[in-house]
Amino acid sequence: MYHDADTERLGMPRIELSKLAKRYGDIEVLHGIDLAMEENEFTVLVGPSGCGKSTTLRMIAGLETVSGGEIFIDGKPVSHLEPKARDLAMVFQDYALYPHMDVARNMSFALRLQKVPQPEIDRKVRDVAEILGLTPFLNRKPAELSGGQRQRVAMGRALTRDSSTFLFDEPLSNLDAKLRGQMRAELALMSQRVQKNMIYVTHDQIEAMTLADRIVVMHGGHIQQQGTPEELFKRPANKFVAGFLGMPPMNFLDGELRQDGDALCVIGDGFRVALPEALADRCQQRNGNGVVLGVRPSDLSLDADGSADETQRFALDVVVTEYIGAQSVLICNCASQRMVVELKSDVPVGLGQRMHFKINPEGIHLFDADTDAAI
Amino acid sequence: MNRMTPYLFMAPAAVIIVITLLYPLGYMVYGSFRDWDPSQTIGETEWVGLRNYIVLYGDPAFRESMWVTLKFAFWVVTVEMILGVGLALLLDRNLRGMSLLRTLFILPMMIAPVVVGLMWRYMYHPTVGTINRWLKEFGFSGVDWLGQHALLSVIIADVWQWTPFIFILSLAALQSLPSSAIEAARMDGATNWQAIWHIKLPLMMPVLIVTCLLRLIDAFKVLEVILVLTEGGPGLSTEILALRISRTATEFRELGTAAAMSGYLMLLLMTLTAAMFIYTKLVERRAQRLARMVAEAE
Repeated sequence: MYHDADTERLGMPRIELSKLAKRYGDIEVLHGIDLAMEENEFTVLVGPSGCGKSTTLRMIAGLETVSGGEIFIDGKPVSHLEPKARDLAMVFQDYALYPHMDVARNMSFALRLQKVPQPEIDRKVRDVAEILGLTPFLNRKPAELSGGQRQRVAMGRALTRDSSTFLFDEPLSNLDAKLRGQMRAELALMSQRVQKNMIYVTHDQIEAMTLADRIVVMHGGHIQQQGTPEELFKRPANKFVAGFLGMPPMNFLDGELRQDGDALCVIGDGFRVALPEALADRCQQRNGNGVVLGVRPSDLSLDADGSADETQRFALDVVVTEYIGAQSVLICNCASQRMVVELKSDVPVGLGQRMHFKINPEGIHLFDADTDAAI
Repeated sequence: MNRMTPYLFMAPAAVIIVITLLYPLGYMVYGSFRDWDPSQTIGETEWVGLRNYIVLYGDPAFRESMWVTLKFAFWVVTVEMILGVGLALLLDRNLRGMSLLRTLFILPMMIAPVVVGLMWRYMYHPTVGTINRWLKEFGFSGVDWLGQHALLSVIIADVWQWTPFIFILSLAALQSLPSSAIEAARMDGATNWQAIWHIKLPLMMPVLIVTCLLRLIDAFKVLEVILVLTEGGPGLSTEILALRISRTATEFRELGTAAAMSGYLMLLLMTLTAAMFIYTKLVERRAQRLARMVAEAE
């Protein structure tokens, strides 16, 4: 359908949000966000409920009106176009199948509306059903399918259309844990095969980390940070992103920056941690300021022989151990503050014991106590 | 005693049903087999078997009345369904003032049918009626509403009163539709009209069918509005069945014939009720079967 010279030269559309805002009455839920999505990129919008991620997606889809700013697809403003004029396919959280149509008719609805010839419709439905393993169910109504099968039909409906862009609104959150993992892998596989722009909304950071080329972390109607999963995990821009990505979440300890001998240290209740050189350089002007020290549970390891320097380890009292197989999660007290440590399960741990844990110097994060921004 | 307790609890209701429903019904059926003048007690009447039914079957006036009733029921239900569903589709949106508008729409249903009849009789009046006065105001000639166009006039009055019934049921059905399926249709490129035709109407169908049958049953029983508006006239042009039955009993003093007419009407209504009953059972059965299949699939 789309064969004019212009679109062929440009390839797939690139989607851009510019100062996009949404207000319901006097309440602004989206505060002018800017975002550019490259060709064939898998972009995941992730954040807690109410952060504006679904609203953003629905505005891109055209299901919500735009209160301010603009959406560009392929450089063209689209915010006043109907959904059908935007060439997008969408998968909904509750699947949104047409209950009175069988699987084949669900998947071919868009094509039938476009008056695509029947043999072509049949061929497309067959191909997609083959990919998704739906061939035996083509004549069933949605009510006669299990949750996972319905989810596939919802994907199939998007796949039969030649849209350049797929929108996913928490597509896996109605599935049970096992099925969710399975579908997540299939989705990753599918996204490699079909090479489309994908915009995916989820509150699940594991889905975000595993699927995304680009993660966009949202909170309170603002974009907190965007980048590759690795960038966000290793260099979170602020305390929110640091705490949101990673499981178990990063530990945050309140402290103060202070010069201690030749090392710049974060000193707090029950700990004194020397900063690695690069970080210390950035902190020279902040001597005496309040900061938040961030350490991921996986960046701590047992200092069994007591070889680590006192400024590179924590002395923690183990309160609870959670055995989860190969790994165990220890919940500990660092004086008055709580800390979580992740260890291999074969390390012997006694409850109520005081133990010493080395810090991986790469894993030290520092945040401004007032602004929460990373230092 | 324990086994009897539930029946004891139900007994008052059963007694009331027997006295107010089954007894008169049985009396009617019994009377329809007799040649019965109101001056006689039923014991004094003569048994005539199916004669009343057979005579009625060949009676042109009764046939005409049946035909008028069918025409009336067909047209009111058709027009009311189209208008009611149409209005519901139109007003199924959240705009300012919409709830006030919806309330206004259902007002006619709240008015007693006799009052509706009186109101429309005044409006239809050939010289002082509101409608003709307006027509003349705009240079048209007046219409002889309750004369030449009597059936049309009573249909209009009934449509005015009962469209709201279909409107509120359709609106309720519309608002309980899964909104995401409709959004999915929009994403699939459906225009508003296509979404209505391919998604909304098919999903509303179970409610619409039951609503339609309910209205049909009611339309066959209509009496007051027509009694007040035309008394069945002119001629027999608006003499619907209920009216003819009451006139046969009171004016012609033929209770047996009137009872037999009621018998015919009852058969008709029972057929419709049975159709509705069977339909709802089928829908229920289907839902159960689907639920079982899903349980097995999972």
